[in-house]
Amino acid sequence: MAFFPRPRHTIMFLEQLGEVGILSGRTLRSILRRRWERGMLIRQLEEIGVRSLPVVLLTAAFGGLVFGLQTYIGFHRYIGPGSEVYTGPIISLGLSKELIPLLVAVMVSGRVGSAMAAQIGTMKITEQIDALYSLGADPVRYLVAPRTIASVVMVPCLTMVGDLMGMVAGYFYIVIAMGVNRHVYLQNTMLYLEIWDVATGLIKAAVFGAVIAIIGCWQGLKTRGGAEGVGRATTRTVVISSITILILNFFLSKAMPASLGLK
Amino acid sequence: MIKIVGLYKSFGATPVLSGVDLEVRRGETMVVIGQSGSGKSVLIKHLIGLLKPDRGEIYVNGTEVSRLRGDALQKVTRKFGLLFQGAALFDSLTVGQNVRFGLERYTSHTDEEMDGIVSECLAKVGLRGIERLMPHELSGGMKKRVGLARAIAYSPEVMLYDEPSTGIDPIRADAINDLINVMKTELRVTSIVITHDMVSSYKVADRIAMLHDGRIIEIGTPREIQDSRNPVVQQFIRGEAEGPIKIY
Repeated sequence: MAFFPRPRHTIMFLEQLGEVGILSGRTLRSILRRRWERGMLIRQLEEIGVRSLPVVLLTAAFGGLVFGLQTYIGFHRYIGPGSEVYTGPIISLGLSKELIPLLVAVMVSGRVGSAMAAQIGTMKITEQIDALYSLGADPVRYLVAPRTIASVVMVPCLTMVGDLMGMVAGYFYIVIAMGVNRHVYLQNTMLYLEIWDVATGLIKAAVFGAVIAIIGCWQGLKTRGGAEGVGRATTRTVVISSITILILNFFLSKAMPASLGLK
Repeated sequence: MIKIVGLYKSFGATPVLSGVDLEVRRGETMVVIGQSGSGKSVLIKHLIGLLKPDRGEIYVNGTEVSRLRGDALQKVTRKFGLLFQGAALFDSLTVGQNVRFGLERYTSHTDEEMDGIVSECLAKVGLRGIERLMPHELSGGMKKRVGLARAIAYSPEVMLYDEPSTGIDPIRADAINDLINVMKTELRVTSIVITHDMVSSYKVADRIAMLHDGRIIEIGTPREIQDSRNPVVQQFIRGEAEGPIKIY
């Protein structure tokens, strides 16, 4: 019995799910009405996209290197020496479909999602959100919608850059460091990697982008109780969005077809 | 102009407003006094829809507004200017952008006209030429005055002042009192002022209402309040620790 959630926790969970659902619905409606706050949107595109680039490049580079390293060892040990030339498609597929979208989303949630919660949370406790209402600005339209649009646009862009960086790093490890034949490695990669594999990762990245923004803004808007409350909102944002991203990743991978046969 | 009928509001198990009745006439300045935590700020936040009552009605020009949402609520909010207790300036915007904020949303002025109004409003609160400064570069009192400039910029019909003189030196506080009076005499603005400061209250009020235990317990002109026989009112206006209001 102790393993089952108590009714109170179930109700709280459903309440919170409802809050996120309502905020998502209001954000979507605000986006579809197209009365966008352009200045805020441009600022967020820069904040989420441009300023996250260094950390994404670094993460993707080491993600690619370590994936190359383990794939090389795996092929060498279990299939046999010489089979390492076939690691190219495996590395590219693994990186573009799974590892890079996940790494980028988790990094962006730590860097940007937490910042959204902290900014909006500080605005909440200093009555700036109330001031927005009193001055005729809907906080969802002014704060949440631009952050969501920017996140949905920029996380896939960052993922695309990360894919490229990861693949270059994987190539560097396998071909340059371990001396595998460059032509065969590249030929195999081009032969087996489909556009759909990359697109799958980008679609997931767009969903993760929405998750990061909505959860960050939701936590910010429900902040209470001074600096401690802001700290709690920030931590919760990173925990909730990271877990949601990891769970969603599995179900999205399962739901999307493995191949469309497009090259 | 504004009529509050039987307003109740609780936060969790804590009742804050327990049946507030208050009527504010067009063009008058109503000062609401009461202890810290007595629900004065909660009361004015109901007027612009920042809080929804548990029970009771709020009428603005005869229209019940407490249950309005979206565009309908925004039409009502447009009539109000609110000076927040802590100024609530947007810290990512400059002073000029803060003062322009309501103008951009509520009016159809050109950029040049808005620049002119921003300068004029800042001059009214004694802060000429600080449009480019960021809020973190201002003192607490300056922030408060920028907050006031922002609230009056789009010429609201009703001004709500939440502790306008708190955190400001006595001379500046008196200048703010003068400004509240100018808003009333020259622009016929209806005002609700929340304050503890009895000097300010007597200077700006047409009538004073005292909020205690979630209700308005006394209302009258400054003279009538000074002559009140209610010991709670007397203790508060004299600022005495001893009396029927228990502070410990």
